[in-house]
Amino acid sequence: MTKRYTYFPGCSILGTGRACEESTRAVFAELGVELDDLEDWNCCGATAYMSVDEHKALALAARNLALADTKECPELTTPCSGCYLVLNKTQRYMEEYPRVGDKVKCALKDAGLNYTGRVRVRHMLDILVHDVGLDEVRKHVKRPLKNAKIAPYYGCQTVRPYLDFDHQHYPMTIDRLAEALGATPVHFPLKTRCCGGSQMGTLPNVAQRLCYAILREARRQGANLILSVCPLCHFNLDSYQPDIRRRFGEDVSITTMYYTQLVGLAFGMDPETLGLHRNMTWDGSWLEREVLAGATA
Amino acid sequence: MDTTTRHIKYQADCDPTFAPAIKAIPGCEKLDSCIQCGTCSGICPLSIYMDMPPRRIMNLVRYGFKREVMNSNTVWLCSACYACTVECPRQIKVTDVMYALKQMAIKERLYPKRFPMVVLANQFYKMVRHRGRMNEIHLVTRLYLLTNWFKLLEMARLGIELIRRGRFSVKPDNIERRAELHAILDYEKRYPPTEAAPK
Amino acid sequence: MTGIPNTDGNGRRGAAGEEIRIGFYVCHCGMNIASLVDVAAVAKEAAKLPHVIVSREYKYMCSDPGQEFIMQDIRENRLNRIVVAACSPNLHESTFRGAVARGGINPYFFQMVNIREHGSWVHTDAAAATAKAIDQVRAAVARVAKHRPLERRRMEVNQAVLIVGGGIAGITAALNLADAGKKVYLVEREPTIGGHMAKYDKTFPTLDCAACILTPKMSAVREHPNITLWTYSEVTKVDGHVGKFKVTVRRKPRYIDEETCVGCLECISACVFKTPKFEDEFNEGLGKRKPIYIPFPQAVPPLVTIDPETCLKFKTGKCKSPCETVCDRKAVDFSQTEKTEEIEVGAVIVATGFKAFDVTRLPIYGYGLYDNVYTALEVERMVTSSGPTGGEITLRDGRVPKSIGIIHCVGSRDKKTNRWCSRVCCMYSLKLAHLLREHTGADVYQFYIDMRCPGKGYDEFYERMLDEGVQMIRGRAAEVTDWTMSPEEEGKLVVRVEDTLAAYVRRIPVDMVVLSTGMEPAVGADEIRRMFNISCSTEGFFLEKHPKLAPVETATAGVFIAGCCQGPKDIPDTVAQAGAAAAQALALIDKGYVEMEPNTSYIDPDDCSGCKSCIPLCPYHAIAFDEGSKKAVINEALCTGCGTCVASCPSGSISQNLFEDDQIFSEIEEVLSHV
Repeated sequence: MTKRYTYFPGCSILGTGRACEESTRAVFAELGVELDDLEDWNCCGATAYMSVDEHKALALAARNLALADTKECPELTTPCSGCYLVLNKTQRYMEEYPRVGDKVKCALKDAGLNYTGRVRVRHMLDILVHDVGLDEVRKHVKRPLKNAKIAPYYGCQTVRPYLDFDHQHYPMTIDRLAEALGATPVHFPLKTRCCGGSQMGTLPNVAQRLCYAILREARRQGANLILSVCPLCHFNLDSYQPDIRRRFGEDVSITTMYYTQLVGLAFGMDPETLGLHRNMTWDGSWLEREVLAGATA
Repeated sequence: MDTTTRHIKYQADCDPTFAPAIKAIPGCEKLDSCIQCGTCSGICPLSIYMDMPPRRIMNLVRYGFKREVMNSNTVWLCSACYACTVECPRQIKVTDVMYALKQMAIKERLYPKRFPMVVLANQFYKMVRHRGRMNEIHLVTRLYLLTNWFKLLEMARLGIELIRRGRFSVKPDNIERRAELHAILDYEKRYPPTEAAPK
Repeated sequence: MTGIPNTDGNGRRGAAGEEIRIGFYVCHCGMNIASLVDVAAVAKEAAKLPHVIVSREYKYMCSDPGQEFIMQDIRENRLNRIVVAACSPNLHESTFRGAVARGGINPYFFQMVNIREHGSWVHTDAAAATAKAIDQVRAAVARVAKHRPLERRRMEVNQAVLIVGGGIAGITAALNLADAGKKVYLVEREPTIGGHMAKYDKTFPTLDCAACILTPKMSAVREHPNITLWTYSEVTKVDGHVGKFKVTVRRKPRYIDEETCVGCLECISACVFKTPKFEDEFNEGLGKRKPIYIPFPQAVPPLVTIDPETCLKFKTGKCKSPCETVCDRKAVDFSQTEKTEEIEVGAVIVATGFKAFDVTRLPIYGYGLYDNVYTALEVERMVTSSGPTGGEITLRDGRVPKSIGIIHCVGSRDKKTNRWCSRVCCMYSLKLAHLLREHTGADVYQFYIDMRCPGKGYDEFYERMLDEGVQMIRGRAAEVTDWTMSPEEEGKLVVRVEDTLAAYVRRIPVDMVVLSTGMEPAVGADEIRRMFNISCSTEGFFLEKHPKLAPVETATAGVFIAGCCQGPKDIPDTVAQAGAAAAQALALIDKGYVEMEPNTSYIDPDDCSGCKSCIPLCPYHAIAFDEGSKKAVINEALCTGCGTCVASCPSGSISQNLFEDDQIFSEIEEVLSHV
């Protein structure tokens, strides 16, 4: 049976996070999951909108919920953890605070939109591991990633404050997914600690220190790969390694990729299809050298 | 030369309207039940750079120390990772309190000039209002032009890398039904909060 | 109208037929009622009601002068019905009935109106609360006019007491009652009595050895001729009522004959498992035991127990059972089965204790993830010289810790886990700090939210710990991790915390973390509660009848509570409460009889069709069928006046004293009179 979800890509996906979308689409297509794009979606507002105006931030995100409300499938999914959080929070606050919800609904109505509340916001990771299931994932694995030692990095907004399918402080979903791909997850105490998010642009010394701790600890725990979920986390961990080395005088280089990219690699997909060439830390020989060498024998 | 400053606080130094205004914002209603245990500060990854730990901000807000809170860098360091909200033993949504303080600071212009976090929020706000979507490259460019344009030079390496890897989208993306979006965002302009909204 | 009042069986006035003369009294309850309800208005309105001769208000009706008003008015104004509008009848109905009886009329010519719990305490609108109070009063006045004189019944009380739970509370209560000459059945779920206290090393604040003060009491229980001790046993069924509870106890097979075993422990040495292999529950899993074991050397009774879950004889059937052959008293008995005992007791003391908070619910503290994170109970076993490590403090990797962090409030004062303060953790954490320093010389950090040391000698103990150099960090530990930022953190656990008094976030590297867990209701507390019909608070601790004035009684007469099943408390408080429960039980049974409320049901045999539908519905088995007359008969001694049969009788032949149809309908009519 084909599973179908309404799909909200998010702004990052159009730019720096392209590889996130490419790998997500490739992997979900392989697993027979259909992603039905939400037409004319708008930015969820991220953390910035909420800093300026509460009502506008909720109304902005709610437009997407209203658009999804008209779709056949009420399950709205997004690969970006920031979007996942904001859409989820908007939906919950509209229910939890009727005063706020009614006003947002009035604003939507004024613009000719209607939100009934039937939409359910879901993370793609949740869909992959729970709807598709790890057994199904295992069936598609053509290239077990025996030597991949993974530091699973969930980041903050994937798990907080709304994660309902795993524990919020020390989740194991990606760990179990990695195991299904034949890889070995390492103990990673920083798996849900913030990377600094948009502070990388505003206060780089702050965000780089947070990323430094994460990268350093992943290496210390014996990982050769950090798996991330969210485009922003990935951007911070992937792109700033040279800056961090310079700032802290320590080599913390480590390959980073989206979890969907790793799933695709295990499925035997071509790195180009998965957008791996877009990652700053990607090196074409990595897979052969670090993961597959000795494993196939 | 006398460099000492007065550190006592008189009740008149407090702003009695401060706490009620914050508590009226959804998510901030439980502020009063804070037991000052410091879990929020302890779990906060950004607390290492804050001049006041979040716990102290909670107390200053609830007892009306508006000037002190608004002079602190704490709220501007908050990256909304929600660790404090999840771990708070009193289930206070600390992140929402931080958001409420940011909103108040921006509305009342109570923040350091050219503070990058505020500039970013404002530019983001304007861009999304205008186009419906956000373009990272344009946003960052505007941020650095307004705060520290030397940064743009520093960012050249990253920019080139992004272009090389096809991650640099120069063309801003617009949504189609912008009028619809504006109708939603301008709702408060048409029906100011003080007036009763139509059913 | 005769003018001469009729009298009841005790010569008290007030029988059917005479002119109805009602006295009404409204209580201010200090400001509890009067702050919201306009009591003067209530009194004024009541005065206008039919039959009301006297209507008064007074500051404290329950006080001596208040009661004196009632008695005096009865005498002077020939009153024969009384209504008091005050607090809950749970609190003072019996007080006023006493005053009414002393005034010379039948105590059931009385009705109480609750305008405090049902009025001033729950409303905010004064006018509405006053109007409601007046409605309630009108209903009560109409009702009391229909009251009939009733007599209380006396019932003999069984002289034995059942105590459920053999911790320090159960032990104390059992010894008190047994010493007073009463028969005691002490039922304990585990193979030994002693409870949590038996696991502790030393007790705060005096640091006297827990075993030294507990084990003599345990032995005293075993040797007491008035105590029947059933360990490894559970109460499974409770019938009856105060004075006469019928209790069924299930005695699990321990596969050892309790009469012949002398506790020589030869069988344990003989077991085919040469070394202990299974998790030792008594040592919190830090040690190992064999399938045949004794929880600890001073266990009472000193009997071994065979665990069928791990014993090869039960698991595979292929064991030569050396335990059986080595026992020259032939005490090992693999054919033993579960036994059931049925006993009758007059009173029950429930002392089922607590369960320590399950730390795996808080992964931020890394229990289970990091080897060197321990629960306080584990550390308690470790510091005990007779414990699994012989009193050595060694980490799971064999090192002796040089720095230790003790985290308070684990699973306490936290709305996500348990909302309440567990009261003992601050003190036992300080005690552990002392013991750990004494054993290892390590630096000890206390991470606390608020240091709560109220109690005799407690704050002095806190001061002593400060003097001993224990570092007190005021802040709830946010997380325990093993990631490092600096070389001194390598190989350590790092506690990240805001030192709220210094207003700095600190990272403190330690070798060992101790989690001071709070208390929760015991496993199975809910079943116990249902069996004995005890209410509980939202958190699951058993509810006392009154938080101040009846702290060991429950809403069920004859059932008392003691110790941590009622709420977290330390050993001194537990022992005091157990003594109080024993005294209450003693007062109840030693009197020899209980007076039963007369609000029982009765059957009009002319109307009873003999359909038997009421018989299975009665929760107290008080209704029988008389084969001769083909009618149902209610045993008044067993009836508790629950009213189930009254409501269910298809022919309407069952009525209930004090809840007669005319009484209830007149009440309803008045309440609804302006609808």
